[in-house]
Amino acid sequence: MIELKNISKTYELGGETVHAVDKLSLTIEEHEFVAIIGASGSGKSTLMNIIGCLDAVDEGQYLLRGKDISSYSERQMATLRNREIGFVFQQFNLLAKLTALENVELPLVYQGMGLSARKARAEEALIRVGLESRMHHRPNQLSGGQQQRVAVARALVTRPALILADEPTGNLDSKSSKEILALLHELFEAGHTILLITHDSHIAAEANRRVRLVDGCIVSDSKYDDEAAYLAEEKKLEKICGEAIGS
Amino acid sequence: MKLTQAVKMAFSAILSNKMRSFLTMLGIIIGVLSVTLLVSIVQGATDSVTVQLEGLGGNQLIVAVTTPQTTYITLDDLDNLQNKDGIGLIAPVIGGADTAKADGKSSSVSISGVLETSLEVDSISVVSGRFIQQSDNDNRMCVAVVGAKIAKDLFGHTDVVGSNFTMLGRTFEIIGVLEEDGTVSMNSQDSTCYIPISTASRLLGQTSIRSFNATTTSVEEIDLGRQTIENFLGGKIKSSSADSEDKGYTIFNMGDLLSAFDSVMTTMSLLLGGIASISLIVGGIGIMNIMLVSVTERTREIGIRKAIGAQHSDILIQFLIEAVAISITGGVIGMLLGAGLLQVLSGIMDMTLNLSVSVSALALGFSLAIGVIFGIYPANKAAKLKPIDALRYE
Repeated sequence: MIELKNISKTYELGGETVHAVDKLSLTIEEHEFVAIIGASGSGKSTLMNIIGCLDAVDEGQYLLRGKDISSYSERQMATLRNREIGFVFQQFNLLAKLTALENVELPLVYQGMGLSARKARAEEALIRVGLESRMHHRPNQLSGGQQQRVAVARALVTRPALILADEPTGNLDSKSSKEILALLHELFEAGHTILLITHDSHIAAEANRRVRLVDGCIVSDSKYDDEAAYLAEEKKLEKICGEAIGS
Repeated sequence: MKLTQAVKMAFSAILSNKMRSFLTMLGIIIGVLSVTLLVSIVQGATDSVTVQLEGLGGNQLIVAVTTPQTTYITLDDLDNLQNKDGIGLIAPVIGGADTAKADGKSSSVSISGVLETSLEVDSISVVSGRFIQQSDNDNRMCVAVVGAKIAKDLFGHTDVVGSNFTMLGRTFEIIGVLEEDGTVSMNSQDSTCYIPISTASRLLGQTSIRSFNATTTSVEEIDLGRQTIENFLGGKIKSSSADSEDKGYTIFNMGDLLSAFDSVMTTMSLLLGGIASISLIVGGIGIMNIMLVSVTERTREIGIRKAIGAQHSDILIQFLIEAVAISITGGVIGMLLGAGLLQVLSGIMDMTLNLSVSVSALALGFSLAIGVIFGIYPANKAAKLKPIDALRYE
């Protein structure tokens, strides 16, 4: 489904060139639950922006469902974001002046869907995340966990193939975090491809496949069925990385 | 995205910031209000004067001798001209001014020495008594037809036929009173005193006629009549000036007067409208300013909208409609206020003032244009934001 071939992205930061992503290749199949783990500055946000069609690559090729995105126009990228990708952000990113229902309707508004059809779809999505009683509340009347569930509803309302979750639990308490992760699992079970971006190995443990990024490169990419084996591997890796940084 | 949805979004954004939207609108409200008021008042004034002028007739020629040289145009000359080549009646005038006195009271009057023909040519209406007759002229009678103001000044009422007053050193008998026209202009009929032209000629010491009004047999004959008079005056008056344009006399038709007046008023309304529209432009700058602030404030919102699939055009239209909605709403409010104020003013100014369709269309068109012109730059700025930059904005 996602195929990244030798992609690079550089930024100019205070006169210095930063290789946020450096000749990175990654393939993600349909119906996978992948976590991308990395410390801040490891390039995971840049990677997520590229996969989410929010940013273009400098070099390399990005194929989404076999289509080469690298050559897409801004208009085509917007259409892709609208139809193929659902975003869940750390800061929820809901529009404060709209109710939960209106927030969830918004992607459908940009598809040009009629009022009654999109209302039905948005209600369905909100019911799916368990917020049927809070549809007409505004974000500031909802708890953090509820806001994030609205964001998940907004991500899935267009029935996208790919759901991109960027630190979805970063601003949540542990109980709400668990609920959101359970929700992501549910969506995975329902057939969505989930890409979870996090700095936390414990959160990443939820995924079936974990990709670790250091300085814009993939240092490990493995599937673990056994939680304990994964955590042991993680510890080892962290030690190596720590030494590498130390020296 | 559908347009109705975009309009809904724009209005909810405007309503969520009521005070700011209202203050922004105020610039446009004041602008449209001043444009509609000024243009409508000029139009109303034009209309009322035009109606008055048209009442004076389109088949009338007003002739005045302008050369400073002594001319010899006699009553007989003019009498011969009557009923010739398009000319109907001719009403010569010998004018002057004096103070009329009676019973120790006085009134300043403008004297018009006339023939009986003036009654018809100048559409004079006498409410009591009669007008100057041929016999009055033949006998150089000291009789007068006076305006209502003169009658009131001298006697306190207008029932004055048969009373006497003194003027130009003679005693005049009042034989008629003119209809009151109520205006206070310099040549108001109310302070005019008509006397026989032969009497005026002698008392004012004028033998040559220097001004007269003539009617043509019909409105269509106006050019023929004008030519007849020109031929006649051309033989009487030698142009003294080197300027070939100056013939030493002027012939004026109400039509000429009307079109001259119209062009003055059009210039006037353009001028006033132009000055007022400066305030509209200032209002537009206010809109642009507030929209730029709004775009900066809502950078994150724009980022979210773009991330979930809003196109460049969706954002552009959303912000553009917001600007246009502010300016159009301001325009409509300004127009309604203008219409209301015009009603109040028509009562005060004793003039029919209405908001014409063309002025309303102009005001609305102008405010629409202001919204688009001053809204496009901020809207484009919003639409051009990159989603990742906008999302990162705090």
